[in-house]
This record gives sequence, structure tokens and C-alpha cells, in this order.
Amino acid sequence: MSLVELSHVVKRFGTNTVLDDVSMTVAPGEIIAVIGRSGSGKSTMLRCINGLEPIQDGRILFDGAVVNDPQTDLRALRQRVGIVFQSYNLFPHLSVEKNITLAPRVVKNMSESEARELAREVLRKVGLEEKIGAYPDQLSGGQQQRVAIARSLAMRPQLMLFDEITSALDPELTGEVLKVLEAMAGDGMTMLLVTHEIGFAKRVASRVVFMHQGRIWEEGTAAETLSAPRTQELETFLSAVLH
Amino acid sequence: MGYRFNFRDVFAQQDFLLEGLVLTLQLSFVAMALGLLVGVTGAALRLYGPRPVRAVVATYVEAIRNTPLLVQLFLVFFGLPSLGIRLDATTASIIALTVNLGAYATEIVRAGLQAIPRAQIEAGVSLGLSRLQVFRYIVLMPALRVMYPALASQFILLMLATSVVSQISAPDLFHTASIIQSRTFRDFEVYIVVAALYLALALAFRLAFAGLYQVAFARR
Repeated sequence: MSLVELSHVVKRFGTNTVLDDVSMTVAPGEIIAVIGRSGSGKSTMLRCINGLEPIQDGRILFDGAVVNDPQTDLRALRQRVGIVFQSYNLFPHLSVEKNITLAPRVVKNMSESEARELAREVLRKVGLEEKIGAYPDQLSGGQQQRVAIARSLAMRPQLMLFDEITSALDPELTGEVLKVLEAMAGDGMTMLLVTHEIGFAKRVASRVVFMHQGRIWEEGTAAETLSAPRTQELETFLSAVLH
Repeated sequence: MGYRFNFRDVFAQQDFLLEGLVLTLQLSFVAMALGLLVGVTGAALRLYGPRPVRAVVATYVEAIRNTPLLVQLFLVFFGLPSLGIRLDATTASIIALTVNLGAYATEIVRAGLQAIPRAQIEAGVSLGLSRLQVFRYIVLMPALRVMYPALASQFILLMLATSVVSQISAPDLFHTASIIQSRTFRDFEVYIVVAALYLALALAFRLAFAGLYQVAFARR
């Protein structure tokens, strides 16, 4: 059974159609790279999956629950779907530890000592255990992004959404963040990532989805889709990002 | 121009002055605490409340900010008894000051809340926090930090403005001054002393607020 299922999803901002009849499925353990130009609807699709954006038509299922049904408990759902943003969005007034333990403490009522242990564990995963007492503005962009990933992991999600998480980083810092993603892939995490890192997509993703003008224009296995695009649009896009 | 200052008669009444000073401080602290409570509630309702509630809060804010505090005070003290609500001068003063500060605080807090990027709220919501938890744990402290300087200034203005309560004979610092003046006829001296006391209070408040900022927003 698929973990996520989008069927005929339509999303509009006013008269502007951002997602136009989008259908796709994500199986547990899959790593899907979503690529495409700015404005093609990639990020919006991600934000619809955890209910940050309402949709106008179609249906989104997560683990059997209809995300766009007003009856669905979105809070419960979001505890199982992690999302990491391009701009990190760490809480500036909280230490790294408190950033990570906030949600487990107040949402899951975890004890302070248990939460601290959890913070150590997830920080170890992203290689930043020594930064547990630091504040966000004392960290580099790459470190902040790794803390943001750790913060999501602390909720033990079944699905992770990554929204262009390396777009604000220089190549060196991008590398350290991608390494973390690769390790998570090795752990079997189901991931949906919007990215411009074509090389990374080729290496890590099981599937690639190319979006164009709000539609899924082309999809397939990473190796095939990226080395032998079937559409002119994907070919143009790939040559633009690779050069 | 042969005026000879004589402060002795004024200083002879220092216990009396002190009583007035204490009431001025009490009025200030109570109104600050209640006014801030009104401000936070008002701002939250103004931003996140249902549309009619937002309109009510906006009307309250504009009505208060565009009328004199003295008039508001008289409405509470002399107006409400017509409705059968009879208040002593101190209670009426606290109500008027709170209502007045609450309106200004609502605007200051609103600006502070709006300064918090939407992305922060989204990050919190995405972790499964409720709207209230997002407000309490993610928005409130950074917003308070942004609004702190404006709020501190407003508090000091309020402390100075408490002097109007003398008009309904609440025995505050300024009211005691008037009484000492009528006993001693040392107008100039009395008001110099009172001015110096208000100045000292305002400076002390500024210092206290600066210290409080360190305690509240310093790390660890």
C-alpha cells in the first residue's frame, strides 16, 4: 500500500492554477526527487501533503487518511510527516536542544530527561551533538539546516518532506546537508525532496518527478529519467541546471 | 526678582509626600500588569479573532487613543454612578488607567506579533503544535522582545499620566502636592520637589526595565 497518494489534485492561488490535476503515489521507503523550474508547483505540492496549503479539487491520502478532509486531525497527521524548509526556520530564541525538544515535550508530553536524550540521539544522526547548547545564530547555514532536520526527526516521522533545503547554502555546506540525507536514505526513511541537486537525485533517489506548469510532466526511475529525458521540456531544464 | 526659595515647609511634609508616591507607584504597577494583559488579549483578538470581534477591538483602540485620559477617567468616576456603579477614586483610577494603557498596549503588541515571520508559525504547526502552543512557545517571546522598547516607553508615559487621578481626588503624588501647596503656599517649591520625584521615578523605571530586559531575554 502506498504511504502517500495524490489523485487529481488541483491547487489555485486566486485565478492562478499552481497544481493542475496532479496524481502520484509514494510507497514506503521510496525516495522521490521532485525537480522543475521555479514556479512549476514543486514546493506547493509538498506543502499540500502536510496540509499547510488547502487544495481546491482532488484528494490527498496519507497512510489512509484524507489530508484535505476538514474532519481529519491535521495535528496528529503532522506529527507523522516531517517537513524541512529552505530557510531552516529554527526558533531563534531557543537553544538547539530546546528547538528539538519543544514539540516532543508539548505535543507528546515527553519528560525533560527523555526529551534531552532524544535531542542527543537525533543530533548525533546529523553530526552536531556538540552544538546542543548553541543558539541558531551561532551556527552556519549548513549546521542550522542539519538542526532543522534533527528537529523533524525527533518526532519520529514516517515521511520526510524537504523543500529545497540546500538552495540557500554554498556548495561546501550543501555537501554536509546532503550527506545527512544520504544517511537517512540508508535508514530506510521515506522521503520526498524538492531539489536542484541533479547529481544527488541521480545518486540517492529511487524515482524522479519532473514538474512543469503545475503538472507532472515526466516521471520514472532516477537513472533513466535523468540520463534519457523523453520530453523536450525536461531536456531543456536539465541542460539549464547542469551548465 | 527677589524670590527666596524655602523648601523647609515642603520637606516637613515628607511623610505625606511619601504616601502619595506610594499610591502613584501602586497605580502604575497595577495598571501596567492589567494593561499588558488587556494588550496581549486585545492584540490576539485583533489579529486572530472572528471578524466582528476584530472590529470591536479596533473600535476600542481608536476610541481610547483619540480621547483624553482625563475624560476617560471622568466617565468612569462621574459617569458610571448614573448606571448604579459607584467606585472609590482609587478603583476608578485603576480602571481608567488600565483601559487607557490597554488600548496603546494592544497596538504595540499587535505590531510585535506581526513582526514574527509566518515561516516561524508554519514550522511550529508542521511539528504538530496547536495554534495556542505556537503562540505560547514560538511567537510570544520573540514578539515581546521586539515590542519591549515601545512597551517600556508606554509604561513610563502611563506612570507620568497617573497624575491626572488627582482630579478625582485619588491621593496620589500630585494630589498630595496640591494639598501641601494649599497648606504652605510654597507653590514653586512644592512643584519643583514633585517634578524631581517624577523625574526620579521615570529614571528608576527606565533602569528597572533595562535590567528586566537582561533577565527576560538573556540567554541560558
